[in-house]
Amino acid sequence: MVESSHNTVLHVADVHKTFGGLHALADVDLAFEEGTTHAIIGPNGAGKSTLLNVIVGKLPPTRGTVVLDGEVLTGKSPYEINQMGIARVFQTPEIFPELSVFDNVMAPAFAKRDGAFSMNLFKSIESEKDIAREAEEIIVDFGLDAMIHTHAGALSRGHKRRLELAMCLIQKPRILLLDEPTAGMSRHDTNTTIELLKKIKSSGMTKVIIEHDMHVVFSLADEVSVLAQGRIIAEGTPDEVRGDPKVQEAYLGGTYE
Amino acid sequence: MFSIPKKDAITFLLFALVVLTMPIWLSPFGASYPGLLQKFAIYALLAVGYNILFGLTGYLSFGHAAFLGVGSYAAVWSFKLLSMNPILALACAMIFSGIFALAIGYVSLRRSGIYFSILTLAFAQMSYKLAYSVLSPITHGENGLQLTLQDPRTIDLMFMERGVSLPTSSLFGIPMNGYEGFYFCAVILLIGFFIAQKIASSPFGMMLKGIKSNEDRMNYTGFNTKPYMLTAFVISGMYAGIAGGLLAVTDPLAGAERMQWTASGELVLMTILGGVGTLVGPVIGAWIIKYFENIFSAWNESILHNFFAFLPDNIEGFVVLISSKFVGEGWHLTLGSMFVLVVVFLPGGIMEGVRRISSWFLRRKDPTKDQEVVDPENMPKPSSEKGE
Repeated sequence: MVESSHNTVLHVADVHKTFGGLHALADVDLAFEEGTTHAIIGPNGAGKSTLLNVIVGKLPPTRGTVVLDGEVLTGKSPYEINQMGIARVFQTPEIFPELSVFDNVMAPAFAKRDGAFSMNLFKSIESEKDIAREAEEIIVDFGLDAMIHTHAGALSRGHKRRLELAMCLIQKPRILLLDEPTAGMSRHDTNTTIELLKKIKSSGMTKVIIEHDMHVVFSLADEVSVLAQGRIIAEGTPDEVRGDPKVQEAYLGGTYE
Repeated sequence: MFSIPKKDAITFLLFALVVLTMPIWLSPFGASYPGLLQKFAIYALLAVGYNILFGLTGYLSFGHAAFLGVGSYAAVWSFKLLSMNPILALACAMIFSGIFALAIGYVSLRRSGIYFSILTLAFAQMSYKLAYSVLSPITHGENGLQLTLQDPRTIDLMFMERGVSLPTSSLFGIPMNGYEGFYFCAVILLIGFFIAQKIASSPFGMMLKGIKSNEDRMNYTGFNTKPYMLTAFVISGMYAGIAGGLLAVTDPLAGAERMQWTASGELVLMTILGGVGTLVGPVIGAWIIKYFENIFSAWNESILHNFFAFLPDNIEGFVVLISSKFVGEGWHLTLGSMFVLVVVFLPGGIMEGVRRISSWFLRRKDPTKDQEVVDPENMPKPSSEKGE
């Protein structure tokens, strides 16, 4: 049981999730500290994505609550949870394929500024200079400026991932959830992504990363939790976790070189 | 509030020019008579409004004819009870169809995809059936709602004596049948088109396109999508209501057949034929369908004989025999084949064809110039550029 300390920003409290007879999450209790990068690792089917789905409000937990800064998130809709400052990058990029890269990045900025619903029917997008400038900046930062007016659906997979990350970051979320941000990427792209994530690490945002690639985990994470069969089996710094024999047995399959 | 991007302004001016000169350029096609011109303007307005829902959010409503009907009834009741002024009638049509759309949309938008379409269809068919039965005190059932000499018309009769014949709708003395009626409809169409342009280029419009593109992402991005869709639904319902009101303004009677599902289906055809999600496409679709319905359907064999008179007699007879199946009562066959061809070869509708042809011409003219023509579009807008 993890005690939630004073600088815990997100607390997953005794969350239990069953699908029929399957215990996808069993008494998961996790505290995410402000400003840290917390990795969640575990073998396939360990319940990592289910955990993220519970946090963002896609799935209701069978038992337990998720608390952000003293406010209970459980029972709220995904858009309310986003408005409270949680943004998520999906395993397969969730973008707006028919819209341009520029619009893809502008839309989340509107959500951040104008809230969940706003009747701005007669304002022209072109008059929104502040949001346009902000979007342009982040697109340049992410190296997507050459394709700013391309339909996002036409981008390569790696660019789509970067775009989705830009869409989340323009909202300056308090907590960024990353579901395997480097899955299926080449070594080179993975390293670029690590550099990008390191850059935003300095901005004080709390990050939760689900990752398979140990290289990514050990270069980014301050804290690692290991999930196996819906249970947390180990927690600690990357080095502590690496040395834990239970982890080696459950996940790393022997020793990690 | 009235400023629009330069590209939209040009589109609007061209569109206005095309609409306002319709009596001239349609005369070689035999379509330049007021009754049909009015229909062109009215159904174009209907299609423009429908496109705000279907084109932008991707939600396929199969019940928009109900709003058309409600608009017509509201307008005729406004004639009967208040005044023959068309502005007042359109205001009534807009308010009542808006309320109606709010109720139907609120329930239907609980579901998406095919279930949404079926719900709207069910509501529209229900309205249609009710208009013939339970609601006949309001709709006058199969006879249709018509003006009578005994109508109270309270506002009008404060200023004038009751006439001996049935009044016609008039805007401060301008009668609303004939070419004046067409120009009245055309002005309303242009206002509607302008508003649709504004919506499409607003952040609100961007959110609607986002819903069409990836509704889940919209939710995870912090948007409550339901009120966005409901607003779009009500706005497009109001467009349909105003179109229904205009039908009553140009010809003051209302019947329930306007609410039948075939009328909704026709609207879907118009939008898909012209190009879903484009502003001009649905208008073109509406014009084509109304042209076929009114002109093509009136062609007969003697017209065809004249048309093919240049051919040798025996070939002429054969050609007329074949082509006569496609005109007159067979006009649906032509329309149907055209629809199939467009959907198969131009999934983006006629507008996609236009785009393909124009880009082909641009490329042929000067392959290097094409690059330069497209580039300013592709560059981030410099912040000094102002929308006019």
